Amino acid sequence: MNAPVSMGPRPRHLLDFQDWTPERLKAILDNADTMLQVLDRPVKKVPALQGLTVCNAFFENSTRTRTSFELAARRMSADVLTFAAGSSSVSKGESLRDTMEVVTSYKVDAYIVRHHASGAAHLVARYSGKPVINAGDGRRAHPTQALLDAYTIRQEYGSLEGKKVAIIGDVRHSRVARSNAELLPKLGAQVVLCGPATLLPADLAGLNGVTLTTDPREAVRGAHAVMALRLQRERMQGGFLGSLQEYAHTYQVNEALMQHAESGAIVLHPGPMNRDLEISTDAADGPRSRILKQVENGQAIRMSVLYHLLVGRE
Amino acid sequence: MTITITNIKRLGSDALTSVTVENGVIKGWNLPEQGQVIDGQGGTVAPALIEPHAHLREPGQTEKEDLASGLAAAAAGGYGTVVSMPNTSPVVDDPATVRALIEKAAGLGFARLKPAAALTRGQKGDELAELTYLKEAGAAMFTDDGRTNENARTLRLGLETAASLGMVISVHAEDASLRADGVMNEGAVSEALGLPGNPAAAEAARVARDIEIVAGLAAQGRPARLHIQHLSTARALDLVRAAKAQGLPVTCEVCPHHLTLTDEALRSFDAIYKVAPPLRTQADADHLLEGLRDGSVDCLATDHAPHTRAEKERDLLDAPSGIAYIELAFPLMYTRFADTLGLERIVDLMTAAPARVLGWPAPTLDAGAPADLVVLDLTTPREVNPAEFRSKAKFTPWAGQTLRGWPTLTVVNGQVAYQRT
Ligand SMILES: [Zn+2]
Repeated sequence: MNAPVSMGPRPRHLLDFQDWTPERLKAILDNADTMLQVLDRPVKKVPALQGLTVCNAFFENSTRTRTSFELAARRMSADVLTFAAGSSSVSKGESLRDTMEVVTSYKVDAYIVRHHASGAAHLVARYSGKPVINAGDGRRAHPTQALLDAYTIRQEYGSLEGKKVAIIGDVRHSRVARSNAELLPKLGAQVVLCGPATLLPADLAGLNGVTLTTDPREAVRGAHAVMALRLQRERMQGGFLGSLQEYAHTYQVNEALMQHAESGAIVLHPGPMNRDLEISTDAADGPRSRILKQVENGQAIRMSVLYHLLVGRE
Repeated sequence: MTITITNIKRLGSDALTSVTVENGVIKGWNLPEQGQVIDGQGGTVAPALIEPHAHLREPGQTEKEDLASGLAAAAAGGYGTVVSMPNTSPVVDDPATVRALIEKAAGLGFARLKPAAALTRGQKGDELAELTYLKEAGAAMFTDDGRTNENARTLRLGLETAASLGMVISVHAEDASLRADGVMNEGAVSEALGLPGNPAAAEAARVARDIEIVAGLAAQGRPARLHIQHLSTARALDLVRAAKAQGLPVTCEVCPHHLTLTDEALRSFDAIYKVAPPLRTQADADHLLEGLRDGSVDCLATDHAPHTRAEKERDLLDAPSGIAYIELAFPLMYTRFADTLGLERIVDLMTAAPARVLGWPAPTLDAGAPADLVVLDLTTPREVNPAEFRSKAKFTPWAGQTLRGWPTLTVVNGQVAYQRT
């Protein structure tokens, strides 16, 4: 009877954070410390996932996230099947279910799913019968990104308890913002989402426990971490913005804005950056920046998530 | 051909009786048994239901549904008459297609088909179709359903023409630019799920525009009848209420799925719940139900919109919109709303009410009336089993639920169109 009851039931998937208790989430962050040590060794490989096959199912292009997951799986000795659907039958209208049934017949042990539609990872979880890690679905969620953001902030301050995190940019269309808004309050942090009114969520009640503002100075006041979101250039065509310059004028995360934050506040960005649009070079490359640290932590977090979902299940 | 249905109750009465139909008309009640005798098993007889808004997908999309499967499904749902929507492939915008559909359907022996024709050529919204010829061919009404009548001037010209023909125009009232890429109701749930939202204002703004067009014509002494399809929001219903209070010839319909489901259902990410207009909030559903009670909603329609299972198993952005449930619309309404609306109001909303909207004579059960009737089993609970559907769309949000009020016999034009075995 040594089951860690206080952590709650172990979720089968990481689709979003709904089924995850704060204790389980902290366990993933704690475990990432160990994974970081693995990455510091001369031989960066452990046998934890030996004999298992992980399928990287990317229905939407993302070289960074795909590479990060792939390396994480290989460093734990898993075999990796990469399924990049850009040119496959999926674009010809084959249902996600049919596609996944084909992949299932390859006998893989877990899926990492990236898709342009919100909820696609949930559908895969329903059809596949194996653990699914959401690597970004539409505007819905990007949980490993949020975990690596939380981890990076925790590295800085030792804890997220009582910390204020400002997330600035196209909140409305951002899965990164949504996942952080779900995760960080569970870990004790306060979240403020900030952007032009047209790029804020249409209904505030859908995002619990966070505050929203159109004023970036108010957003960063007292913040311990400030995250700039990537701005899609198509937002101008969509009529969400008057011009990109206008956006940058008010919402760019730069040294001048950071003067309103806590003195040691750090700067985060999920990448890839539009330099001098949503983030200035001084903020991106300056002493506050933890952007490269995020990338490094991403690998450790993904190793930790894979370990948590695939190893030691009762 | 003569049929006597025994052991039944006439709607509105508890006394057991029988009805005899002969040569397509009701010969009389409580006559000596003649011809084929069918035991009604204590069921309640009502006029056969009328569906003012169904998608039967023929021609061109018969993998989703065709006349035979769609009209058999309708008969199994207690419907005697179905108005089919013209957004097929090709679009029903020429008289020959209207005639061909009616002829083919007549030979099938299921529910009767009354095709709606397109308001504009190809439903493109720019040029009016040949409305006079389409009426002569048998079109029940004109609509660009599936499209949203962005060109207000064309709609106005169509209303003028249809009015001169004594026909109604029905509209899918939704401002396409406000809807944008929305796939579900815009609100707390769409934000939580990260799905692009379709705001209630997209419907209300369009209803307001269309009512103003009708008001302008009425003020010039040219009353044109506008029917607003599948109303989904409280705001839009309030606009219709106000128009009716001014005496404008505007009618509207509501679909059972907008009364019984809300945007919360999308939390499953199951595209079975993706419909156009989208499932709204409980407050909207409550308001629509209130509209059915107070008469500001004119009739019920299912917007039966079959798709293939594979299409509905796509993600929510890619999957097409629509729910197909013509076979269980009455049991669904009866089970959920018999207490609120009462049996007779529900029957009226699915029989005489759509007839009034379409300008047809009110169906009755009196001797001499056309023999279109349905026997309803109001007591035996049965589970919804999509495998038994006549429709090609063998899946439904209500699968496994227990409903009462199932049709056991449907007679169309004096012939048995459906009998539960
Ligand atoms: Zn329709």
